[in-house]
Amino acid sequence: MNLYRFASPAAFYPVAGFWMPWFAIAAAVCTVVGLYIGFVVAPTDFQQGQAYRIIFIHVPSAWMSMFIWLVMAFWSLLALSMNTRLSAMMAQALAPSGAWMTFIALWTGAFWGRPTWGTYWAWDARMTSELILLFLYFGVIALRNAIDDPRRADRACSVLILVGAVNIPIIYFSVQWWNTLHQGASVSLTAAPTMAATMLAGMLVMSLAAWFYTIAVALVRVRAIILEREQGAAWIDAPDLARRT
Amino acid sequence: MKPRHRRLAWIGAGVAVLGVAVVLVLNAFQSNLVFFFTPTQVAAKEAPQGRPFRIGGMVEAGSLVRVPNTVDVQFVVTDTVQRVPVIYSGLLPDLFKEGKGVVAQGSLRPDGTFHATEVLAKHDENYMPPEAAAAMEAARQHKSMSTPTLKDAK
Repeated sequence: MNLYRFASPAAFYPVAGFWMPWFAIAAAVCTVVGLYIGFVVAPTDFQQGQAYRIIFIHVPSAWMSMFIWLVMAFWSLLALSMNTRLSAMMAQALAPSGAWMTFIALWTGAFWGRPTWGTYWAWDARMTSELILLFLYFGVIALRNAIDDPRRADRACSVLILVGAVNIPIIYFSVQWWNTLHQGASVSLTAAPTMAATMLAGMLVMSLAAWFYTIAVALVRVRAIILEREQGAAWIDAPDLARRT
Repeated sequence: MKPRHRRLAWIGAGVAVLGVAVVLVLNAFQSNLVFFFTPTQVAAKEAPQGRPFRIGGMVEAGSLVRVPNTVDVQFVVTDTVQRVPVIYSGLLPDLFKEGKGVVAQGSLRPDGTFHATEVLAKHDENYMPPEAAAAMEAARQHKSMSTPTLKDAK
């Protein structure tokens, strides 16, 4: 099977339509299971009490906020080098989800910070770089809407996304490189997690939920973008479109 | 070399150059990016002189003194090497505890005491149920009386 076939919006449109409900269902199931583990099964924390439970929302959304930008950077790289339309559409479809995840991470973090640290906000490296990420997401969305020609907007946004990608390692490693108020990572690929197993399980299931949710809404958005940008194409005007998808 | 490979190479080179530039800029701003200074840095006069800054470390065990009938507190911030006495008047965050992390904003007086205007708790990345924490504490105390094991070295 030739995967490059799906670089065509016409070929990808029905595929996205087929997979979207499955990811939506998976997201709903993982959210219910994850929240149940997080708020019912998981024990309280020895120093933060109940306040720590915000990690079941905060950490998955913070991870997603960084990961979505990396995925957008991947699509942008493809869009610029291969000149494929669908890659740029995927990056465009992911941007609002990334902005939401960043906002949720900052918002929940602020309400976590008040009881635990004693302040809603501090200008430390982790929080400041995450705030910059939020503005980068806004910037990509605004830039897209500021340019009328979609192909020019694709190129401009792709460059901005690739440039903005340097912020991601800064966010991730900020707690190691500098003294920050934000604590270090509890979960990493290189070391054993420093949290109890049920807490970790709840957090990972919620992370899966965030993944599936993001994929599902990105597929919905990319279908809308395809229809909008390909209007006038023969396959969209074909009378059997609704039946095929 | 196909055009798309050339474009890919140019993009790669561009991102690499940008990455190097960012690393250099961040290095240049190193001293401005730290959220707090440790007591050792304060002792070595690396902390800003004559203007407010933040000091971070552990609240030394047994150092917390509350002045009766006021919200005035005194405690010592330590990084196990140097100690800085801190004076603060105000409410402390819930997670403020002896032996735990703290970040205080304020300024250093000539007598070496730090007059804080804001005290924040800095908690660590460990999450566990209270029972597990109690068990670990008990194990630690038990172990300190017996011979050290390999796990202690960690």
